[in-house]
Amino acid sequence: MSLHEQDDPELRRAQEERLRAVWASPKGLFLKWTDTNNDAVGAWYTLTAFGFMLFAGVLALLMRTQLAVPENDFVEAGTFNQLFTLHGSMMMFLFAVPMFEAVAILLLPQLLGARDLPFPRLSAFGYWSFLLGGVFVSGSIFFDAAPDGGWFMYPPLTTRTDLSGLGADIWMLGLSFIEVSSVAAAVELIVGVLKCRPPGMRLNLMPLYAWYILVVAVMILFAFPPLIAGDVLFEMERLLNWPFFDASRGGDPLLWQHLFWIFGHPEVYIVFLPSIALFAMLVPTFSQRHVLGYPWIVLAAVGTAFLSFGLWVHHMFTTGLPKISLAFFSAASEAVAIPTAVQIFVFIATMWAGRVIWSTPMLYAAGSLAIFVIGGLTGVMVAVAPFDWQAHDTYFVVAHLHYVLIGGTLMPLFAGLYYYWPLITGKTLSDRLGRIAFWLLFIGANLTFFPMHISGLEGMPRRVFTYPAELGIDALNLASSIGAFVFAAGVAVICLDIALSPRRPLAARNPWNAGTLEWLAHPQDEHWGIRSIPLIESRYPIWDQPDFIRKVDEGRYFLPDAEEGRRETIVTSVLDARPLAVIRLGTPSWKPMLTAIALGGVFIFTTYHLYWLALVSGVLTLAMVLWWLWTGTAEIPERDCKPVGHGIELPLYMSGTASPGWWAMFITMMADATAFSGLVFGYYFFWTRHEDFPPDALAHAPGVFWPMVALALGVLAWLLAITARESNAKGRVGVARALLMLAIGACLASGAAGVAGPWTSGMAPESHSYPAIVWTLSIWTAAHAAIGAIMLGYALARSLAGRMTPRYDAEIRNVTVYMHFLALTTVVTYATTGLFPEVS
Amino acid sequence: MTNRRPRLYERLRVTLWTLIVPPTLWAGHFLFSYLWAAISCAKAGEFATFPWLFVAGTVIALLLIALAGWVAWHQARIPGDAPPHQDSTGVDRLRFIAKSTLLLAGLSFVAVLYTALPVVFLGDCR
Repeated sequence: MSLHEQDDPELRRAQEERLRAVWASPKGLFLKWTDTNNDAVGAWYTLTAFGFMLFAGVLALLMRTQLAVPENDFVEAGTFNQLFTLHGSMMMFLFAVPMFEAVAILLLPQLLGARDLPFPRLSAFGYWSFLLGGVFVSGSIFFDAAPDGGWFMYPPLTTRTDLSGLGADIWMLGLSFIEVSSVAAAVELIVGVLKCRPPGMRLNLMPLYAWYILVVAVMILFAFPPLIAGDVLFEMERLLNWPFFDASRGGDPLLWQHLFWIFGHPEVYIVFLPSIALFAMLVPTFSQRHVLGYPWIVLAAVGTAFLSFGLWVHHMFTTGLPKISLAFFSAASEAVAIPTAVQIFVFIATMWAGRVIWSTPMLYAAGSLAIFVIGGLTGVMVAVAPFDWQAHDTYFVVAHLHYVLIGGTLMPLFAGLYYYWPLITGKTLSDRLGRIAFWLLFIGANLTFFPMHISGLEGMPRRVFTYPAELGIDALNLASSIGAFVFAAGVAVICLDIALSPRRPLAARNPWNAGTLEWLAHPQDEHWGIRSIPLIESRYPIWDQPDFIRKVDEGRYFLPDAEEGRRETIVTSVLDARPLAVIRLGTPSWKPMLTAIALGGVFIFTTYHLYWLALVSGVLTLAMVLWWLWTGTAEIPERDCKPVGHGIELPLYMSGTASPGWWAMFITMMADATAFSGLVFGYYFFWTRHEDFPPDALAHAPGVFWPMVALALGVLAWLLAITARESNAKGRVGVARALLMLAIGACLASGAAGVAGPWTSGMAPESHSYPAIVWTLSIWTAAHAAIGAIMLGYALARSLAGRMTPRYDAEIRNVTVYMHFLALTTVVTYATTGLFPEVS
Repeated sequence: MTNRRPRLYERLRVTLWTLIVPPTLWAGHFLFSYLWAAISCAKAGEFATFPWLFVAGTVIALLLIALAGWVAWHQARIPGDAPPHQDSTGVDRLRFIAKSTLLLAGLSFVAVLYTALPVVFLGDCR
């Protein structure tokens, strides 16, 4: 079709009908939950995270009621422990992180002019995992079984089964399950930003929100896996009595603190940056000009992301580490103030240079910056180690972190709520209620948390369920409690505003007169995302490109039709967004939900020590995943290319480094490799902490022989897989199949040899941290080898079924990426376990 | 047009990976510093009276960051349209990445100095 053809209104109507039919949501009481389109999944995700926020907020109100007066007996100490643990854990894992993913899934395709993100079913899987895990964790409080060891779950309190009950397992396994959904979202969002931009949207034209999402999703890949590694060690200790954190048997509780905070500190920026990203969208809109200093924002986002990984020990200033180590982290903690401040100054400069409209979202933005800056300043204080020694574990820290999180995460989300509500629902929220809510929130937050600075400095420790009247902090605490209820009233007004929304009239499209792509959406009626995928020439195309909205709506850009009745979007190149291919997207399906339920079984049954049922769930999960892949991915198209308009023909199949699937595998394996490095860190950490590591009795276990056999077989499997890929590409299908079979054998043999090392040398993992960590590394690597064998088997089966050919070879290319990482894991593990004891 | 050999900054390809070179150098230096202190304190009980290894690592990190910044500085000045480099052209994309890399090099340079400073003031493992 050409520009000319789109002049025909009949053609346009026919195209619209086809698009509408293809993108229609499934109807019906049950079927509608099979939806995978981002407008449905994103909305469920957002609402669920909002619901968990309200739940965790109520827990906070219960705490503040208990603390309103000295020596109160509103709740017992045990209940109070559950309240603060669940409040912190829920706000972090069930609200702040999922809310970022939810909002990104909702907005990102619109911002990028894509019909949807590349893996809609993966988003749905992430959502169902989140819902299931979230209900499991939060529901525990109704059975008096909630975790009660603080949101960072320090051992030995939490690993000793005589000191903490089921709650610790619920925390560890329930939240591990949710971490799976976070990594899934990270994969989806990174590939979305890099590969699904509209033609012409080069990196320098990307909306700043997309830059932030890219940065934050990459941070998730490096931040969450160390916690997953920590969770593995933690549950090994609780369920199997392997002494990783037990100092009496060569373990060290500090290892947990390291692994937790390598996650925990970047986490703060993972929840802060996406909220600030909302400012980067709304500040230019209401300043009525382009954002000033675009590269400076990129500097701020990327710089913060890197520096945030050098801060984790500032949570451990009082653990007795050498001062020189503390000083390094103190220095990095001060340095991170630079990029954080840069972005705030960019927003101020943009407002200064523009003509500001003081809308409700802007009011929230300004108010949250004020609160955030106070939190940032106390952050600079506690980053100084000697000050932190005084303030550590007091209410001063509670005040600091709430100022940062309310100013840096929660209030910006409310700004985003008021800004984007018309985009999602087609209706604006009430300015009057919004402003009333703002002032209640602003006053409430300051009244709650400002007095905590003083009560902390007066000596009130965190996590106490009551305090004596003689301390002289009752007035401060009463003020905090009153403030908490004022803040809650503000949230209630926002809920009321949302509840009234369905009764309000529809607003105009793009009611704020914004310049970015997401405002092309037709809320309420159209699910296709965008009528035609535009050619982008500016950062603010609606403002700058003449007749832009009309051209998009009349289908004058790319892919204005769905002739084959398939959901499609355009894949472009990473740097310059040159169109590369059209990909077919996943359609509504039960598979994501069923897979999430099966995987949930693994975690939930393990919590209750029902290992056989957990095993059954694990096998079911594997079967579901294979079924999902077999029926829904790497489909061979009915023809090679299709026209997308303007005389451009794009291929319908991609494999290798240009394809989204390859990137998804690569990104997933980056996360996997990071988790593995957490375990390796554990091994060498024990070595630095002990005079004799390995202990004398085990100086020659697991020996050199078996690890070296496993290493050689692992490398062989890798070489066979690469050769199979090349043979297949050259058309020697039979050779490729034979090589794949050999590679499967080599993988399985490598795993078996890896486990044979500790097995034959009689290493008892309960006796000491050394055999425990050697076993863990060996089992981790053997399990990965087994998964590698399954993947190779999958590629072999696809080849035999005629679904993978020399021309259409995505499966084997993606499996080879896995094999690269498997080879790396194998070499590091067996060189460590086999050779390090000999040289140390 | 003379047929001269292209300069270093003209030959180097600018990609998303080059953007993260300076902060990756910071991260490498930071990790090195942390491991150096942790291992010397745990295994030797002290760090050497003159920490030459640390000084050498820091100087190398600073030099590499400065080099990355120098390359980016030149690449950000490749001729093309007037600022603010926000058109959908190859040269604007290149200059944008180069400028962001330059800014990150500045931040990373300062951050490495921050990390190095404690060694000037602290001399033992207490």
